[in-house]
Amino acid sequence: MTTIFSARKIITMNPSRPEATHVAVRDGRILGSGSLQELEGWGEYTLDETFKDKIIMPGLVEGHSHAMEGTLWKYTYVGFFDRMDPHGKVWAGAKDIEAVIGRLEEADALIEDEDAPLPAWSLDPIYFNNERVTREDLDRVSTTRPIGIMHASGHILNVNSKALELAGLLKTGINNPGVPLGRDGLPTGELKGPDVMTPVGIHVGFDRDMLACDEQGIIDFAKLCVRSGVTTATDLAARLPDDAVNMMLEVTARKNFPARIVPLRFHHGVTPDELIDHAQKLKTQSTDRLRLGMIKVVVDGSIQGFSARIKWPGYHNGAPNGLWYISPEHLRHIINASLEKNLHIHTHTNGDEATELVLDCMEEGLLKHPAPDHRFTLQHCQLADSAQYRRMAKLGMCVNLFANHHFYWGDEHYKLTVGPERATRMNACATALENGVPMAIHSDAPITPLGPLFTAWCAVNRLTASGRTQGEEEKIDIDEALYAITLGAAYTLKLDGEIGSIETGKRADFAILEDDPEEVDPSKLKDVRVWGTVQDGRLFPAAAL
Amino acid sequence: MTEAEPTPITVIGGYLGCGKTTLVNHLLRHADGKRLAILVNEFGELQIDADLIEAQDDEVISLGGGCVCCSYGNDLITAILDMEKMDPRPDHIILEASGVALPAAIASSLSLLNGFSVDGIVVLADAETIRQRSTDKYMSDTILRQLESADILLLNKIDLISDPERKTTLGWLAEIMGKTPIIETQKSAVPPAILLRDFGRHLDSESVAAPHQAENFQSSFMAVDVPVDPTEFAESLIANNRGLVRAKGFVKSHDGSMHTIQIVGTRVEITHAPDGAKPGVVTISVGPQKISVTEGHDKSG
Repeated sequence: MTTIFSARKIITMNPSRPEATHVAVRDGRILGSGSLQELEGWGEYTLDETFKDKIIMPGLVEGHSHAMEGTLWKYTYVGFFDRMDPHGKVWAGAKDIEAVIGRLEEADALIEDEDAPLPAWSLDPIYFNNERVTREDLDRVSTTRPIGIMHASGHILNVNSKALELAGLLKTGINNPGVPLGRDGLPTGELKGPDVMTPVGIHVGFDRDMLACDEQGIIDFAKLCVRSGVTTATDLAARLPDDAVNMMLEVTARKNFPARIVPLRFHHGVTPDELIDHAQKLKTQSTDRLRLGMIKVVVDGSIQGFSARIKWPGYHNGAPNGLWYISPEHLRHIINASLEKNLHIHTHTNGDEATELVLDCMEEGLLKHPAPDHRFTLQHCQLADSAQYRRMAKLGMCVNLFANHHFYWGDEHYKLTVGPERATRMNACATALENGVPMAIHSDAPITPLGPLFTAWCAVNRLTASGRTQGEEEKIDIDEALYAITLGAAYTLKLDGEIGSIETGKRADFAILEDDPEEVDPSKLKDVRVWGTVQDGRLFPAAAL
Repeated sequence: MTEAEPTPITVIGGYLGCGKTTLVNHLLRHADGKRLAILVNEFGELQIDADLIEAQDDEVISLGGGCVCCSYGNDLITAILDMEKMDPRPDHIILEASGVALPAAIASSLSLLNGFSVDGIVVLADAETIRQRSTDKYMSDTILRQLESADILLLNKIDLISDPERKTTLGWLAEIMGKTPIIETQKSAVPPAILLRDFGRHLDSESVAAPHQAENFQSSFMAVDVPVDPTEFAESLIANNRGLVRAKGFVKSHDGSMHTIQIVGTRVEITHAPDGAKPGVVTISVGPQKISVTEGHDKSG
């Protein structure tokens, strides 16, 4: 059974045939692209003209996201920016504290039990001139139910008095840098860092294992994929216990599940050898729509949380250097064993010192276990300098840069965390490409919204939230950005032979667009409208989700 | 409303290979009827003698004598909160931090939890490698921050270095550690009474004797007959007792109320005393001049 889709234009990403008007699909795979006449040679077919006025692109690939983006929509959204939920509703951004309170009051009115918790997410006081939300603000919403708002960064939680009371923290005499106190000596309700957030978070309705994605969460995540043109997305850090794997195997195998999910096993909580064993076992369970067996190693923290490991001269505001989340010995062991056993690692490094450590370990590991096509990928890698990009190229590493971060927190990095020069080089896409480092760009959803076309816009324009261009020299052009969100990301997952371009033999995974991203003004790339996706030849219109 | 005494938590820190796991095993072997709950980052590297294990699943190993061992993976706080539900509750929680963790940050967070109190931070240093490690390109500041966070420092594997090395290392450490007591150990063997709260509710000279006979340690009992300011009193104990590693006792303050004083190294905790507590303080000190210097050696030179 062959279907030939017509389109206003097909952007193939196939270098020998970059553009076409038709694409033929059989059994969920691409027979070929070209003119209708060229494709008729494949025999009997159905002509599907659903997309005749639309643009077909290879299905977009999100190389660094977390499926919990789907789960978070259970909670009330109070972010500064407009954001679309899995059902297609666009929630208007809350532009000041009053708007946040208003949103919470609406949510409060919908919950009958006046003691039930009210969890909300995506607050970012940076955009309110750093005016902090206090427990008194939230007490205006309710004094009987615990209320908590997770910040967009995921590093800070704001709660009301009731939540503090339930956690036993509504008292004087607390001496903890993560718990700022008001003039009355009581906590202000702001809680900084996971270790002080957790004991209160459980009272405000944030589930204990928030990162773990449940069945509804992964279904909702896949809906967000369809709405943003994504056909393959990573779930970049999960413990992947058997029951979670079984759930994901079952859900992703359903006929109407619209995305390919690539979960990576992260290194916490097991020894290096257990990690390697688990990854090897997971690899054998892999299916087409659930690609298992890759490893994620978290090396340091985040720059805006001052927990990233950065090189001299350190943080611009004088904060002490950040935290290592793994020892060099363990990192070296995992890298060596993975090279030896042909396992595939992605490392999280934000600071340039953490990146340097990974490069050192790789250099050493590759001498012992030469691996010509390992594609180990530095994720985030936000602060890397040009010498480090030259090393990445020599060591055969890939990079997946956090282009969205530059927009949301670029101003903070400039003023506060690393200062003007290093803020300007952050997420240096142009330097990566110039040095021949295979590159992807990402959202880290739910830290920033899933949406590769928005991510591409960030990398092309390098605007910060305040509207400044930060790092003119690191801008890339639209073609490079579109490559990064398709073949670029697929390459980092070793899936570029299957997805990422529209070529004979590959999966029939398409992003269906209303506007032509190659023709729009670069400043409008983020506004390109998405009709939905085709995944394995199956049509998923966003409007019908 | 009666409130149960908070469960004490000892945080054990130090870089890879310093002997943390050996110390945990040592404490388990000498639990002496105490229900210890051990929290480790991951099970894999914790070699518990097989005959001690009664049952094991993914997250909990049940050991003889009511002791348990749990792995906390990346969610330490949740694992601690789960301890609240254990029946009976453990007498003492021993938390083995990961080799790169900063124990002070962990202790600071734990101090926020209702029903638990941080007993102290014990950091181990591998006598053979600590000075070299402290200059490591990547780990230097982490290791120094670990050392500085200690209430008690165990300089471990002391038997593996020569006497001149030992002197140099101790001198170097003294600069970093200030008033923090340093205990030299082999195979992490330290009298459990140093690390675990095991004083009874009523103190007298008898409670001094039992567990503190190890040769390098001195115990003593002080009667405190006059009313004192508890905080000032605790601070003066630390200032005037070189090598003080642990103290517990009860004092009467100027307003007549009774207070419990707990000192672990340089950490002081003052709380309301239980009913019927009688004034008096037991101290355990380590005498630097005595450490691993036998009389014979002393005179042989």
